[in-house]
Parts: sequence; structure tokens; C-alpha cells
Amino acid sequence: MNPTPTGAQSPSDYVDPVALDATDTSASVKIGPGRSRRSGRRANASMIIGAGLVVLIVGLALISFVWTPYDPTTIDPAARLQSGSLTHPFGTDTFGRDTLTWVMVGARITLLVGVVAVGIALLIGTPIGIISAFFAKQPWGMWLDAVIMRANDILLAFPALLLAIIFAAVYSPGTGPAMVAVGIAAIPGFARVARSGTLQVLGSEYVRAARASNRRIPAIAVVHVLPNIAGMVIVQASVAFAISVLAEAGLSFLGLGTQAPTPSWGRMLQESQQYLSTHPELALWPGVFIALAVLGFNLLGDGLRDRFDPKMEARGA
Amino acid sequence: MPENLLEVRDLTITPAGADAPVLHDVSLSLAPGERVGLIGESGSGKSLTAQSVMGLLPEELHARGQVRLQGHSGNLLEANEKTLAGLRSDIVSMVFQEPMSALNPLMRIGDQIAEVLRLHGKAPRGQIPTRVRELLRDVHMPDPDSARFAYPHQLSGGQRQRVMLAIALANSPRLLICDEPTTALDVTVQKHMLDLIAERVSAVEAGLLFITHDLAVVAGVCDRVIVMYRGRIVETGSVDEIFTAPKHEYTRGLLASSDLEATDDRGRLFTLKTALAYSGPQIGEAETTADVGEPEDLRDEPQTSTRPEHTGTSVAESTDEDSVRTASAGDGVRGASVRDDHRTPSVRESAPLIEVSDVTRIFRGRGLFGRRRSDVTALGGIDFSVAAGARLGIVGESGSGKSTLLNILSGLDRPTTGHVRVGDIRVEAASSQALRRLRENLQIVFQDPFASLDPRMRIADIVAEPLIAAGVDKDERAARVEEMIAAVDLDADSLRRYPHQFSGGQRQRISIARALVTRPQILVADEPVSALDVSVRAQVLNLLTDLVDEYALTLLFVSHDLGVVKHLCSEVIVMRAGQIVESGATEDIYANPQEEYTRRLIAATPSLAEALAG
Amino acid sequence: MLTYAINRAIQFALSLVVASVVIFALMSLLPGNAAQVALGTNATPEAVASLEAQYGLDRPPLIRYFDWMGGMLTGDFGTSYVTGAEITPVIVDSVQVTAILVIAAIAVSIVIAVPLGTFAALEQRNWIGVTISAISQVGIAIPNFLAAIILVIIFSLTLGWFPSQGWMAPIEGLGGFLLRLVLPVVSLALVQAAILTRYVRSAVLDVMREDYIRTARAKGLTKTKALFAHGLRNAAIPVITVAGVQLATLLVGAVIIEQIFVLPGIGSELVRAVANRDLVAVQGIVMVLVLLVLIINLIVDILVPIVDPRIRNAA
Repeated sequence: MNPTPTGAQSPSDYVDPVALDATDTSASVKIGPGRSRRSGRRANASMIIGAGLVVLIVGLALISFVWTPYDPTTIDPAARLQSGSLTHPFGTDTFGRDTLTWVMVGARITLLVGVVAVGIALLIGTPIGIISAFFAKQPWGMWLDAVIMRANDILLAFPALLLAIIFAAVYSPGTGPAMVAVGIAAIPGFARVARSGTLQVLGSEYVRAARASNRRIPAIAVVHVLPNIAGMVIVQASVAFAISVLAEAGLSFLGLGTQAPTPSWGRMLQESQQYLSTHPELALWPGVFIALAVLGFNLLGDGLRDRFDPKMEARGA
Repeated sequence: MPENLLEVRDLTITPAGADAPVLHDVSLSLAPGERVGLIGESGSGKSLTAQSVMGLLPEELHARGQVRLQGHSGNLLEANEKTLAGLRSDIVSMVFQEPMSALNPLMRIGDQIAEVLRLHGKAPRGQIPTRVRELLRDVHMPDPDSARFAYPHQLSGGQRQRVMLAIALANSPRLLICDEPTTALDVTVQKHMLDLIAERVSAVEAGLLFITHDLAVVAGVCDRVIVMYRGRIVETGSVDEIFTAPKHEYTRGLLASSDLEATDDRGRLFTLKTALAYSGPQIGEAETTADVGEPEDLRDEPQTSTRPEHTGTSVAESTDEDSVRTASAGDGVRGASVRDDHRTPSVRESAPLIEVSDVTRIFRGRGLFGRRRSDVTALGGIDFSVAAGARLGIVGESGSGKSTLLNILSGLDRPTTGHVRVGDIRVEAASSQALRRLRENLQIVFQDPFASLDPRMRIADIVAEPLIAAGVDKDERAARVEEMIAAVDLDADSLRRYPHQFSGGQRQRISIARALVTRPQILVADEPVSALDVSVRAQVLNLLTDLVDEYALTLLFVSHDLGVVKHLCSEVIVMRAGQIVESGATEDIYANPQEEYTRRLIAATPSLAEALAG
Repeated sequence: MLTYAINRAIQFALSLVVASVVIFALMSLLPGNAAQVALGTNATPEAVASLEAQYGLDRPPLIRYFDWMGGMLTGDFGTSYVTGAEITPVIVDSVQVTAILVIAAIAVSIVIAVPLGTFAALEQRNWIGVTISAISQVGIAIPNFLAAIILVIIFSLTLGWFPSQGWMAPIEGLGGFLLRLVLPVVSLALVQAAILTRYVRSAVLDVMREDYIRTARAKGLTKTKALFAHGLRNAAIPVITVAGVQLATLLVGAVIIEQIFVLPGIGSELVRAVANRDLVAVQGIVMVLVLLVLIINLIVDILVPIVDPRIRNAA
């Protein structure tokens, strides 16, 4: 068995963070309602804070379509490199552009990259994992499963950032190749989670019962597998979203992601580097928002993980 | 009177954040060298009581009251972890239920035993390896000299439990606590383990607190019994008092429903509700299994029993496979006409419903890059046939191949060689369409009530699933699901709920409803009651009996529990390591087993009557 | 165990071959060939053709692939179409810098994370455990380049303790070497330590719930001693695999840190090659990075059964 965890670039892949109150005290656990619905105040706290942060970022992006304090493209040399003030709460950059406006508009790219990348990974990786698991259960299909999982392992040797750099080298750098690269790099994570979840479901007695009552494989996949692995896949999506936010920021920081003049948090950070000694606050705001977005999606993932069945942990195969 | 070894006073345990305690004012005491059984079903609080004594209670549970141990002056509930650690294994030791996970997987077992010797400094350092060998020999480990170097995963469950016992008794503690130490083991292994515990406890002159749900086990091991129910002690007394004259209603119910030899006037097992009619275990019965030589005499003795099948006729006709149960008075009550149709001699003249001939199943081990790993022979040439309407018990311990056999019969797996015929379908060569017909006609009830129902589906959808596959339209589906759910004695509004809202016994009823909703001819039950509490077990078995009668089912009942099979089945096959050891009419096999293995199996099965007689 | 190791080695070799084919296919077969990319879009077809002829790019892909692979096996990564320089010495020099950086970072993060995570698990119900847990959660959300910028602002620009950029080889002066290493290593290590802390905490919590810990306590060990005697080695198994994945992530993540601190590592070379549209160099560097990632995976796969006899025997 290869114990490598699921494409884990974030610990949340592996961590079952607050499953503490689940300690089985053989006698006290009364079987009945609430057995699978665990309490856990901290689990809820994770989810509430996480969801709150995600709503904040999404809100900023949505508002930016209708209203921003300033026009993001207007250059105002007179107002360059200002510190925070009433007119420019987050200050201005070297061209006199309003930093708050840029943070708001930059949220769009962050979310766009996340949605597209996670979408690619989820829509490709999940079916691959499910199909692979079905193969694994057939005597004639085991080698196919092995091949798929080996291919998955090889893809894992290309972290998101590396794949994105390759894409930027072959095509021209830009948001498009970055999204696709990050998405492809996240496929193995979804495939592994879906595969291990499906294997658990397929090994269960209720699937044996379904097979014994003549349910066909597609019906089993839809009726039993999908609902039971949905929670794990949603958790993985949340975690993958956090990873893609980091990857996009990193790429843009290197100049290989979103190109000027489109506002992006990563590029704002990179541009701030020249003025670190005199205007460190230029790095502050994009940095804070990158961190908040990542924190939000990670916490949301942790919270969701606790909501769903704790026994179905998103572990490596 | 000498000072008690263990004294528990008003022990109350409350989970953090909860108002209601899970353990209420439990008081018990244990004299030095005394052997006390703590009996209860799941949720009774018996394990919590033991954990409190060991100071191993999970942190989120708060204990109040007093726990005193001879050799330690204070209240153990108030002692700190360091003090408690010093007492554990030195004065009080414990053997746990789950042998597979109780040992550190990364450490050789010799080192794990040596650790406990080193910790309490009972053996001089130089002598530790010798002591380890001695301890392994004391628990009858095969080849104790090399066993020290084994890792836990290289040992069987029984062997691991021996190691656990060696660890627990290494420092000759004054009290040994055993928490369901044999529940996870096979019957024959359980017997050895129980004997070993009794032997070693005597050898080190320790007291014993033995926790179990199995009354027969307790009767064999202990002097005194404490019965717990829902976090309270309901009754205490000597083994004789408890088992022959139980005072509390619950004890009586537990006793009645765990006695598979006793049935009510309908031929059904006693349950908590019907326990009043129960007259206690039939001690005379013990001799029939213990002494195979002259069972007839004892059987013919007039008994106060309400067991109709033990009237003399059964013995006289016991050569006739199909008539074993004809004398059963219970048959006359319900579904008798159906049963009788199938029990007329004409049945035997027609071809059997299921025919299995020379079936083997070999699992080929395949390494990466085509390297061969050793093959596993799960079934090595099986022959038997089942007449329509028969009730066949398939008995075997783990690894006997009984699950593989079931998979083949139900078309979930194919035999490597041999022929299987179910009705007019040749299973080994069946087309997928034929397999579909087979599965409509043969349904399975699975072992684990918690794993066999999809947690994300409503009961209505679960029960309807076989009908969907069979293409039954929606209205008829709903009607038949409702009918079935009523037939298994569940409310109609159960249909809207999810599996986690039901208890283990209720879930097994749902499983049965699902299996019977397509009106199959054959019902296969794969250890359907082995995960259930004793009192629930009786109810589910009775339901099965009723439904088998009502729907004229042919029953294949797989179990490791000979008592259950004996109660339910007319014929039995005994399996071991992929082979049929012995087969025949149930009464014959039990009364007069021909094979050594069958004899051992029967002798190993704990029986209340036997334990009380002994 | 030996067959297991051989098995893994064969798997490693296969993965390497497949990865090289993928990289080659991505770089050499996609539209806009290397020569065109190197010369830019407004180069004349003649110029492109002559460059192609010069470097043998007009040969069939299969020949070029084996040429490339054969060269790498003998330690020759080819010649840059852009600068005409040998690529191998560049890779050899820069890989050393990155290796020092990454190994130092993973070492620091393990040194921080293992005790912190264990402590957080032991004290999980106290404010201190909760605090460690919360801080690590926030730490994960801070990308390493942001950590680098913050560290530079504080320790370089404000306090002036460390230089904000540059590299000095150890032979040129150990003090200068170490001084320049501190900020890049810490910025890489802090974030990884946060991630690893959570894994360690979770692994220790899982282990604490195991039956054998209860057995150890029943033997007469206190909870803490049981953890040290029996738990940590068991907890190490998942942590080793995670640390392996992290090492691989660090290797690539170092690209950005090398940029910020102007370190002559392989990441800087990669970014420069991309900027120069030097596809031969990009191809070689990516291959080296993937090779290193696969080697790390191989080491983890061999390390785990050494710790765990169950996997050792099953193999």
C-alpha cells in the first residue's frame, strides 16, 4: 500500500481536527438518534468563521462589479503612495491607484481561479476516482485501477506551482493557463478521496445487499456511492480552493499568473516589494486578504469535515 | 470478615455537559480471591464501572463516589494519574475485549511483556528474558521461545489475547478485570481462553471481576454475579441464586431470552416480555452434551420443560431428516398448513431446491508485475443439497468458508470449479439474466445491522430497493413496502426515517423486510443475530421463525453459534477450513456427533445448563 | 522487505520515464516550437528554420526524445537555444543552493512542529493547546512569500539583523552564508511548521485513542509516558508521509522565496529560463525537480515499512 496522503498540500487533507468528543465509551454511547450527528461546538465555530470569511471575500468581489470607491484603472500621480486616510482607507499605490479598490477587484480573480480550478479537478478527478474504485472491485479490472492510480501518483509529482510554470513557459503567462494548471494539479486529490470513499461504500454490506437484490452498477453508483461520498468531495473542494488561492497568488507574485493591468493580490504583493522600506503597508492589505481567503476555505473545510460522517475520513487510499 | 479487595460505593458517572448520569449509584465489593461476574447488555455501564476501578475512564466522563482497593489507602477516584499508574498492573490488571488492537503493532510482544515487568521492578533486570519466556509458557503460547520475537500482527486473535493475559498477570496482581475477553474470539478458542483465565487466576491467587454479556460464560467462570441494566445494579447473588431464582424482572428476562433450549408454548424463544412463563434452565440437559453415551435416558425423563421438541418422539424419529420438528407443538399455531405441505415425504422424492456439488473456490494471490503470491483455498470441494422448505444451518468458525459459500449461492461470486444449482438455475454458468432471476428468488439478511443499511437513505427507499431493481411500479412498491414493514412489526411511520434512528434489533427487522419484499423462496441469513444483545436476539429469531413459517421459506442460516442453529434449523452442516466436516439432521448432530471437530465445537459452546450442572 | 524495495524502485523508474515523456510532450510537441518561442513571434521563418537545423529540432520527436533522455542519463541537459550555454553546470550549481535551503527548512519545521504538535495534543483541552491549534491554523493561511515579506520588513529593514537578500557560498565565509540563510529558511519553515504541527497534533490525538495506549496505561504507565513509549512511533508513520509531501511542496515553493531573496537556486533559474523563453533549460530544470520529488516519494515509501513491521511483512 502506498501510504502517501491525498495530494495533501494543506494539512486539512489529513487532519481530523476536532474529533475529540467522539471518543467511544462503549457503554455510554447509546445507539439511536444523533449517533452520526455529532455535536462539537468548536466544529461549528470552524464552519461559522470559515463561512463568514468566504462570504466576505465573495461579497467584496460581487460589490466590485457594481461599485468601487475609485475607478481601478485611473492613475492619479498626485495621490501616489499615500498611507491610509479617510479618502483612501487602505492608501494608494505607486500610480496613485486606490488600494481598497484593487483589493476588491482582485478578489474576483482569486475566486475565478478557485472556481475554475476546483471545477476542473472536481469534474475530472471525482469520476476517475469512482470508476477506479469500481475497477478495483472487479477481478478483471484491478490492473486498470492500478494503472489509473499510478498515473495519479505521477501527476502528484507535478505540484500546482510547477505545472503552472510549465504552462506559462509553453503558452504565454496569464490567468487562463494558471487556472487550468492549478486545476489539473488538483485532480489527484479528488481522485484519491473519491476512490477511497467509493471503496468504503462498495465494501459495505448495504452495497452487497443492493447487489444481491439486482441493482446494476450505474444505479449503485448514483443511489449509494454519490450521496455517501458527497461530503468528502465537498470537503476536498474547500481545501483545494484554499490551495488554488495560494497558487494563484504565488504565480502572480512571480509574474507568471494574472497579467497587468488586471488587479490581482499576488501581483500587488510583488509590486509592493520595491517600497517595503518606505511603504510596508502596500504589502499589508493584499497579504491580509490572501491569508483571510485561505483561512476561510480551510476552516470551512474543517467545519464541513466534522459535519459529515467522521468515520468516512478523507484519508489516503 | 476480612477487608474487601475492592470496594465501590455510590459510583455515579456523568458525561461532561450532560445532566443525566450514565451510571447511577453503583456499589459493589469483591473479597480477596473472589470471582465476580458483571453482567449486562450494551449500555448497561459495566465497562464504565471497570474503567473507573482502573482509573482509565475517558476524561469527558466525571465520576463521583468511592472506589477503594486493598493496598491503597485513598479513594481511587481522587487519586492522580501517577498514583493510579503505580497501582495498575501491580495491584489491579485488565484484559480488554478487542485483541486485534490492544497490542502496540510496532513492538515485539516479548518487549511488550518485558515492559510491564520493568515498570514495577518485580523482576531483576537480568532475569526479565527468562520471566518473559515463563509467562508465555504459562499462558500456553505455542513455541514460547520464538514467540517473544513476533509482532502482534503475526499472531491470531486468541494468541494475542493470551499475550494480553500474560501481561496482565505478569506482576501477580491481586485483582484481574476482564472486559468481554472472549467476545471477539471463535467458540473453540473462547473455551480455551476461559479455562486459561480460570487457571491463571487461581495460580496467582487473584480476585477476578469478569465483565460479559454472556450468561453462560459467567456461570462457568464466576462464584457471584452482579447484573447491571441501564447504568444501575439490579441484582446481586451467587451464580445459583441468579440463575435458578432470579428476583428482578430484568434478570429473569435476560435469563429467559438467552436460553435457546427453552421455548414458550408456541415454540418461540422467550423474550423480556414473555419471560414470566420461563421456568429456568434445564440442568439435566447438560449431560446430553457432556456425555454422548446415553442421551436417550436423560431425554426421556419427564421434565417440567415447555420445550415440546424434547418429547421422546424426536429421538425415535431422529433418523428421518424431515420429521425432526413435526412433534413441535409450536408448529400447530401459525402457518402450520404451509409447513406441513413441505414436510410430507413427497418432498424428498422431488429434486432438492438447492444442489451444491464439488464446489471449490480458490482466491489467487497476485503480486505486482505478475509475481505469484500464495493461493488461498476458501472452499475445497463442498457437496450438499437442500430440500424446499428445509431450514439448513451452516455452522463454522472464522475462516471456515461459510461466507464464501453464501456469496456463491447468491451469485455474488463464482466457484472455481464445481456445480451449483438453485431451482432451475445453474449458478456457476448463469447469464446475467439468470443471475437476476436467482437473486429475486434468493435474498440475504446480513450480519451487521449498522453496516447493511445505507445511512443516507430513508427506510422506505431501503426496503423498496429490491423492487425497483425488479421493475415493480411505484404504487405497488409502496403497498408492498408497507405490508412488509408491518410484517416485521415496525410502525408505518418508520418508513420516513433514516437508519441511524433505529436500534440494532430494529435495523435487523428492516433488513429482513428488505429481504422478503420480493417474496423470495429462499432466505439466506448471514449471522443475523450475532451483533445483537441477547434480549433482542430472541425477538429477532422469533420473528424469523414466524416469517419462515408464514412465507413457506427455505432458510439457510449461517452462524458460529450452535445454540441458535440448534433452535432454528432442522438440518445442519458443520464447516471447517473450506470443507464440510459433518452434516445431517440437527438433533442427530448434536446428540451424536461423529467427528472430533463437531464434538469439540459442541463441547466448547457455553451452555447455561451445563455451566450450572458443572 | 527487499522485494518491496525493488518493487518500489521499479515503480520509481517507471514513473520517471512516464514523467519525462509528459514533460517532453508538453514542451516539445505543443504548438509554438522551442525555436519559435526562443526567437519570438516576429522572427522570420528562415531564422527559425536555421535555429531548428542548428539544434536538430527538425528531427522526428521520437529521436529528439531519446536524444534528450540519453543526454540526461550521461549528465548532459543540452545547450540553451537562447544563450548557447551548457545547461548542466547551471543546474548542478543551483540545485545545491535549493537543496540547502529546503533541507534546512524542513529540518527547522520538524524541530518546531513535532514538540509543538505533541504538546497541543496532550493539552488539547487547555487554553494552551487550543491556542497552538488556532495559531497553526492561521499560519497555514499565510503564503511563504508573505511570511518572507513580513520577516524582511521586521528583521532586515527595521531591525537590520539580517540582509534582505543575496547569497554567499559556505566556503566564502560560513558566517555570511548562515546570516543570509536565516530569513529564507525561516520564511519557508514557519508555514511548513504550521502545517506539520496540525498533522502531528492530529496523528498524536488519533494514536491516543488507540487501544494499545489504553493497554500501556493499564500496564502502569501514565498517560504521558504511554504516549512517549508507544504512541510517538506509531504517530510517526502518517507524519513521515506528510513530511515527504511537504518536502516536495517546499522544493517547488522555494521558487518564490529564491526570487524574493535573490538566491541563485534552481527556482531562480527556472523563472529566468521561463522569462527568457529558454524551453530547453525549462525542460531540463522541470525534469530535475520532478526527479527530486519522485526520489522523496521513494524514500518515504522505503522509510515507512522500516518503522512499521506490518507493511514490511505484507510486502
